[in-house]
Amino acid sequence: MPPPGIVIGGLCLRYAGESIFEGLNVTLPAGRFSVLLGPSGVGKTSLLRIIAGLETPAAGHVSADDGAPLAGRVAYMAQQDLLLPWASALENVMLGAVLRGQRREPQRAEALLRRVGLGHRLRALPATLSGGERQRVALARTLYEDRPVVLMDEPFSALDAISRARLQDLAVELLDQRTVLLITHDPLEACRLGHSLWVLAGTPATLGPPLTVPGAPPRAPDDESMLHRQGELLRRLALLSPA
Amino acid sequence: MIRPLVTLAVFISLWWGIAAYGGAPPYMLPSPQAVGAALWNQRAYLADNAGVTLAEIGLGLTGGTILGALAALGVAASPVLQRWLLPVLVLSQAIPVFALAPLMVLWLGFGLTSKVAMAMLVIFFPVTANFLDGLRRTEPGWLDLARTMDAKPLYVLLRLRLPAALPALGSGLRVAAAVAPIGAILGEWVGASSGLGYVMLNANARIQPDLMFAALAVLMAIAIGLYVTVDKTLRRLLRWAPGG
Repeated sequence: MPPPGIVIGGLCLRYAGESIFEGLNVTLPAGRFSVLLGPSGVGKTSLLRIIAGLETPAAGHVSADDGAPLAGRVAYMAQQDLLLPWASALENVMLGAVLRGQRREPQRAEALLRRVGLGHRLRALPATLSGGERQRVALARTLYEDRPVVLMDEPFSALDAISRARLQDLAVELLDQRTVLLITHDPLEACRLGHSLWVLAGTPATLGPPLTVPGAPPRAPDDESMLHRQGELLRRLALLSPA
Repeated sequence: MIRPLVTLAVFISLWWGIAAYGGAPPYMLPSPQAVGAALWNQRAYLADNAGVTLAEIGLGLTGGTILGALAALGVAASPVLQRWLLPVLVLSQAIPVFALAPLMVLWLGFGLTSKVAMAMLVIFFPVTANFLDGLRRTEPGWLDLARTMDAKPLYVLLRLRLPAALPALGSGLRVAAAVAPIGAILGEWVGASSGLGYVMLNANARIQPDLMFAALAVLMAIAIGLYVTVDKTLRRLLRWAPGG
């Protein structure tokens, strides 16, 4: 079954009387890498959480464009790796199966850990892994869920530049053909990974028209058209954030 | 290892000094030598009764931990149970456990059972309260993750919240190990025919302060040994938790 696009219509969210967004409309294209940028506190994470079903909006709807319900088709990757400290890398990857009371598939989990380059650390506890390795385990856990829609909230922001670049390449490769929404603060990351970039800004927040980047991700960090887009994106973001 | 030995040596020297030169009569404060002699001469008698007290503490600790952990799990698993059981649990702490000791002996007899029940009573609440606290403070990110994974509540409780709460249960167990001897001795004081508490009461009545102090020393050794064992075991089992 091909991955669905995500249709968001008339979405309203309010916290303590304050309006975060009102009547937000957007369609995230199916099987594509969408990137969401914007100033801190504007409501990016809230939007992601609403799509993930973790928060309920005051009004509006989130649905899949193929008519089937979105619930049960979304995997979620947060900024923290959220690994269980008492469980090995392998057990952490299979967490979803354990929590659903399903049969675990160690071979598949092992294959995923090998693909993220951790075939030699299957039995390692999270405390013995580096930040980059932990986020790789989290990526393998996300992939183990095998969902057509993947939501990621700044998953690479705590990593050093080299680990981040490697993990970005890996994410693009492994999440190909899925509908992905990635939140990031990093314009370079956005331009390297995204098919379409959205900027959420203002009070209440609105989404401008998407910026598209030519070429297939992951783009080389010195790719000219990508650098051009990055400059444009930086200017857009600078306009939005107060001096 | 050196520091506790130094502390012990200083303590015994002080004790010896006060007993020898402080003017306290030996029937109030026996000298360390007299207590040492009583420990040696009465070793079989003390060992027999220490065995009884140790069994009471061990059984009470096991039973109290199991009951306390089950109560915490039940309250964490079911909102209905939480509404009904939690106020009762809190209220039960308003009753001084000491006051229940005569009742326990009346209901359960002079034997082992009433002492085990007393030990369980004092252990139950610290275990329940600490474990429940741990079960309620699961990292919210994990619970979010579990929700996006369509997790079943029972598995979230058993495979996520329970292991995450084990360090908190460990804190409860450490307190329990420290207070369990109190429960057992209390039970023995109210009515018993064996155990270290019985030895102490008997020695007191017969004006044998050396034997009374000897029993007290054995009890302290049991309490410290129990705490250290529980603490060491927990540290080994919970190596993944920061600060064990």
